[in-house]
Amino acid sequence: MMTNPGNRLTQGQFSFLPDLTDTQITAQIKYALSRGMAISVEYTDDPHPRNTYWEMFGMPMFDLKDPAGILMEVNNCRKSFPNHYIRVMAFDSTQGWETPRMSFIVNRPKKEPGFGLVRQEVEGRRIRYTVHSYATDKPESDRY
Amino acid sequence: MNTTEKPSAGSDTLSDNALVDLTAEFQNSRIQEVLDKLDRELIGLVPVKTRIREIAALLLVDRLRKQFALTSETPTLHMSFTGNPGTGKTTVALRMAEILHRLGYVREGHLIAVTRDDLVGQYIGHTAPKTKEVIKKAMGGVLFIDEAYYLYKPENERDYGQESIEILLQIMENNRDDLVVILAGYKDKMDRFFSSNPGMRSRIAHHVDFPDYSPSELMAIAKLMLGSQNYRFSQDGEQAFAEYIPLRMKLGNFANARSIRNALDRARLRQANRLFASKTQRLTKVDLMTLEAEDITVSRVFQDNGPETDAPDIT
Repeated sequence: MMTNPGNRLTQGQFSFLPDLTDTQITAQIKYALSRGMAISVEYTDDPHPRNTYWEMFGMPMFDLKDPAGILMEVNNCRKSFPNHYIRVMAFDSTQGWETPRMSFIVNRPKKEPGFGLVRQEVEGRRIRYTVHSYATDKPESDRY
Repeated sequence: MNTTEKPSAGSDTLSDNALVDLTAEFQNSRIQEVLDKLDRELIGLVPVKTRIREIAALLLVDRLRKQFALTSETPTLHMSFTGNPGTGKTTVALRMAEILHRLGYVREGHLIAVTRDDLVGQYIGHTAPKTKEVIKKAMGGVLFIDEAYYLYKPENERDYGQESIEILLQIMENNRDDLVVILAGYKDKMDRFFSSNPGMRSRIAHHVDFPDYSPSELMAIAKLMLGSQNYRFSQDGEQAFAEYIPLRMKLGNFANARSIRNALDRARLRQANRLFASKTQRLTKVDLMTLEAEDITVSRVFQDNGPETDAPDIT
């Protein structure tokens, strides 16, 4: 049964929607900036859901007033890694939160092979399940 | 039909014989407030104020022309402010950011003031990220580079300043909608900077020269500064300060309004000392507000015509 046609990765905000346009991304960043969040751009080619720490593309950006600078950085990242997953993350430093409050994908590989279910038989014929990304079968940089 | 166009680009064009109201447009933009504030807060500087008015008028007319689709691209707004220290370059830059914001040429209207240290790194590969970080902070506003000529050091071929200039040039050309760059510095050094960086010169549309203040203007500035701090001169005090100004101007390292501020700070210090030493227990409000002649005449400027050693502006 095909539950997720196209095997689109669904992580973070808006991931069930069609890809955001640059105008929409700008609007989201603007919202984050208006809340005083620090925004960073990250990329990875290992989309496993437990892979929470993606590579940073440059430093997180503090004290920005306008989304144009971040969009510029997103586009630079897209140029360097056209076939990676790229996400924009907004960190909220207000006391009580101190955590990423927003995270959404802004770039995906052209072809996403998706995940397979791996069954492992252990003692007593019990079964352990895990997900496995088909892309990670190949070495880094050959994945997409 | 215009759904794909940017909303800021004046999506509907007016017909050829439509009428636009310049006065209404001017009042809507509320730049008169900023210009009035400029007049109130800055003494003298007539050529600068005229120039700012001209630029504001040009931008306003440009905006009207846009409504008729006579201009399509953003005008080059990068500026260079030249003049001696303490002539109000930073203050005018702040107001300029406000004017540009009200006219809709920058989105946020904030001002980021930087010098060479903030742009140029200390080792290979340090400069580009540093410059870009500053540029990103300034986006949507105005980037004010003080003493911009320090970016270019011709005597050192491997100076990283050149790298910073190249990044700036690229951003000034490609991101004209996103930020406005204002370069500031001494006139002669800036001229040398521009002659060795023709690319920079051609990207700057407005060169504004800041004249030095006359003694009477400096006196007015001093009164304005004291007024804002709830101080005032006594009659003798005012006379003493009027004598002080030309003497101080003759000395080296005179930094116009900044020197006046420092002189007033020292006068306040002496006033406090005098009140303390006088041992009078009861002081009136007027005593606490008034700077007397003796607070000013103790200055070394009067005594041996040497610069005051404690003067922070003498560098």
